[in-house]
Amino acid sequence: MQTVKMVVTGPFSAGKTEFIQSVSEIDVVSTERKISSTAERSVKEATTVAMDFGRITVDEDLVLYLFGTPGQKRFDFMWEILSEGMLGFIVMVDSTRPETFREARSILETFRAYAPTPYVVAANKQDMEDAWDLEDMRHALRLENKVKFLPCVATDKNTVKTVLLELLYSILAEMESGG
Amino acid sequence: MALRGNLRDFTITQLLNLINLAQKTGTLVVDGPSEQAYISFREGKLAYARVGQEDGTLATVLHKANRLTVNQYRAIVERAGNINDKELGLLLINAGYLSQEEILANLQNYFTEIVRRLFTWVEGFFRFEAEMLPPADRINVRLDLENIIIEGSRQLREWEQLQDEIPSLEMALKFTERPLKNVNLSVEEWRVVSYINPRNTMKQIALTNKMNDLEIRRIVYGLLQAGLVEIVRPEGMVIQQSPKMFPTQNKEEQKSLVNKLIGRIRSL
Repeated sequence: MQTVKMVVTGPFSAGKTEFIQSVSEIDVVSTERKISSTAERSVKEATTVAMDFGRITVDEDLVLYLFGTPGQKRFDFMWEILSEGMLGFIVMVDSTRPETFREARSILETFRAYAPTPYVVAANKQDMEDAWDLEDMRHALRLENKVKFLPCVATDKNTVKTVLLELLYSILAEMESGG
Repeated sequence: MALRGNLRDFTITQLLNLINLAQKTGTLVVDGPSEQAYISFREGKLAYARVGQEDGTLATVLHKANRLTVNQYRAIVERAGNINDKELGLLLINAGYLSQEEILANLQNYFTEIVRRLFTWVEGFFRFEAEMLPPADRINVRLDLENIIIEGSRQLREWEQLQDEIPSLEMALKFTERPLKNVNLSVEEWRVVSYINPRNTMKQIALTNKMNDLEIRRIVYGLLQAGLVEIVRPEGMVIQQSPKMFPTQNKEEQKSLVNKLIGRIRSL
């Protein structure tokens, strides 16, 4: 059995677990723990401390694994381990929480430094009324025009598929350009 | 859609950077600790600013800048009735008392000072109102934001925040397409700028200029915020793809595998 993996990263509560859950054929194996910080608990009750793990079987010989990184900064020692051998990565950003944009920039820069693999950025919760406009987010996140920045709703399978496909198209394009 | 948030999470410098890069028109309303500020922009350039209870009229601005004496100021306030700023400006120019350039320069200084005051606000809420334009009777300026942004970025001292913004010094820098003109840089900033090249990592630039990690990060942060440079992977960097990426090292088989993945995701 051949396996490949992609990593879904982003700040705390960006929607990584939901993203993986939307397309995984198994229930996401999630290492969730109750949140100790009061501020973080006001956003959600449990968070991923080690990793989420989803699976998409391609055929009898090939399986794609989706790994979600822990969102809290104190677990960033896991990022480099998880990024080892990935085909590419997705950075999830919550469009309604500008307070997380700085952390998202930092995570993106850290992953870019770890691995020369293609990536896309997904603006989650674009269906919410208080979501930031994509163009404003692109500037706030300091994304170059060539970086794929996609609207997304992590609970909507179709937008999740689009994000994954765009990443795969980037991977293919880089392979064809000899990268 | 919403462009609003908290100053604790999104600084004034970052907001100016966004407005500058997106070439926005409208008014940034900031609810500070004790007063409210209105900063207006046209196509990403500073047009007008007002803070708290200050009336910000042309007469007040010129008086504060010692271009009108107390008596002249009083006379205008008491006797000029409902004359607006544009009319007053024309009167002063026609009287040969001030030139148009002097009036605009004084307004620019006044508006810039208001923005500088905002740099000290660390608490408060902001929102950008695209529909809100400066009052029609006030004189607008057209001031590039780059220098104000660089100035604001210099005030960022927190090591942790700088490390968040620029986590790895092993990356390189390259100039964006924005021209580096009329930008007021310090000697240290120019020393960094002179070595910016996709082949040089930030660490190499720091070593060459005998700067520590904090100093190089602070300077690069200012240049990033002003939209003058962007972070790139160093050219010529040996890219070691992990052998674990693909179960096969054959390029054609790798492509076929990615195509299979694409087909599978499409069918979900």
